Amino acid sequence: MDFLLSGLLAITWQQLIMYLIGALLIYLAIKKGFEPALLMPMGFGAILVNLPFSGVLDQTLQGGIASNGIIQWLFETTIEASEALPILLFIGIGAMIDFGPLLSNPKMMVFGAAAQFGIFFSLMVATMMGFDLLDAAAIASVAAADGPTALLVSQIFKSKYVGAIAVAAYSYMALVPIVQPFAIKLVTTKKERLIRMPYNPRNISKTTRILFPIIVTIIAGLIAPMSVSLVGFLMFGNLLRECGVLNSLSQTAQNEFANIITLLLGLTISFSMKADQFVNLETILIMCLGLLGFVMDTIGGVLCAKIMNLFLPQGKKINPMIGGAGISAFPMSARVIQKMALKEDNQNHLLMHAIGANVSGQIGSVLAGGILLNLIPALIGG
Amino acid sequence: MEDILIALEIMGLGMLGIFVVILLIIGVVSVLTRLSQPRADSDSAPD
Repeated sequence: MDFLLSGLLAITWQQLIMYLIGALLIYLAIKKGFEPALLMPMGFGAILVNLPFSGVLDQTLQGGIASNGIIQWLFETTIEASEALPILLFIGIGAMIDFGPLLSNPKMMVFGAAAQFGIFFSLMVATMMGFDLLDAAAIASVAAADGPTALLVSQIFKSKYVGAIAVAAYSYMALVPIVQPFAIKLVTTKKERLIRMPYNPRNISKTTRILFPIIVTIIAGLIAPMSVSLVGFLMFGNLLRECGVLNSLSQTAQNEFANIITLLLGLTISFSMKADQFVNLETILIMCLGLLGFVMDTIGGVLCAKIMNLFLPQGKKINPMIGGAGISAFPMSARVIQKMALKEDNQNHLLMHAIGANVSGQIGSVLAGGILLNLIPALIGG
Repeated sequence: MEDILIALEIMGLGMLGIFVVILLIIGVVSVLTRLSQPRADSDSAPD
C-alpha cells in the first residue's frame, strides 16, 4: 500500500509553492488574458514538473530502469541543444509585422534603439547586486520585452535562472498597460503629452518592402553577427510576408506555425520551473530587475524623444510618449500610447507613429540580444 | 568591481552598437524610399 502514498509523502513545501505559482499563471492567462498562449502552458507545465517522481522528467525507476520524460526531452533538444523553439518563433513574428508605418517615417526607428536602454541599465544593476556577468546579461534580457530573445540569451549563457527569466519576460509583457503609463508620466509634462503629430503616410514601394528585411539582416549581421539567428529569422518571416508569392506560407507562419511553437515553448520552458531551482530569493530579485528594466526602457525612449525635440522646430516636435513605444511588446505598447494620447486630448491620434516606433522596437530588442551575445564573451575573454 | 566596470563598458558599447545599426538602417531606408518616390512626384507635379 505504500506505493499509493509515496507521491503524496514526497511533496516538498517548495513544490507546493510551485503549484500555487502554476495556478496563478493559469488564472492570469484565463481570467486576466495575460499572454494566455504562453502563461497557460507554462502554468500547467509548472504543476507537471513539480509532481514528485513526475513522468515528464527523466527518472531512474527501481531496478535501475531508465524512463525518459517528455518535457525534459523537449527542453534538452529544442532549447538547450539548439535554441530552436525561440528562434523559429521569430519566423512567425516576422510574418506578422507590417513595417509599412516605420518605412513611411524612418526616424521613428531611433526609438527602437533608445528604448533598449533598460536592458543595459538592468545589466548594470544586476551586476552591482552580485550576479555574475552571464547571469546578469540573461536577467537583463527580460527588459527586451521579447520572450524569445530573453530565452535565447539566457540559454546561450547557460543561466540557471531560465525559468524565472521566462516567467518575468512573458508576464511583464502583459503588464505593459500598467507599467508604461506610470513610467511615461514620471518623465513627461502634460504639455509634452499634448503635442500633436500629423501623420502623412508615404507610399512604400513593393521593392522597398522586399529589400528592407534583406538590408536589415545584412547590416545587423555585419555589426553584431550573433544577432543573425534572431534578426535573420525575424526578417525571413517578414520577407515571406512581403514577397507576394508565398502568401500561403506567410499565413501558415503567422498562424499555425507560430501557434504550435508557442504551445510547445510554454510547456517546454516549464522544465526550468522545478521547485529546487525556482523557489529562492534570486527569483524575486529577477522579477524586480525585470520590472526596473521595463521602466528604464520606457524612460530611455521618452528621453530620446525629448532630446530630439531640442533640435526640432515648432510644429515638427515629437510627442515624447512615442519614444516609450520603442519597446518590443507589439502592438500593446503602441495601443497604450494611443490610449494615453486620447486621454489627454481626444483629437490627438498617435497610433501610426507609435506603431512605427513599436515595430522598430522588435528590431531593437533582437539587436540588443545579439549585441549582448557578442560583447559579453568578448569582454570577459579579453 | 571588475564586473561592474565591464557592465558599464557593455552599456556604452551596446547602446552605441544599436544606434549605429539603427542609424545605418534609417539611412539606407531613406535612400531607398527616395529612389522609389520620384516617379510618383513627377506624376503628380502640376504642368
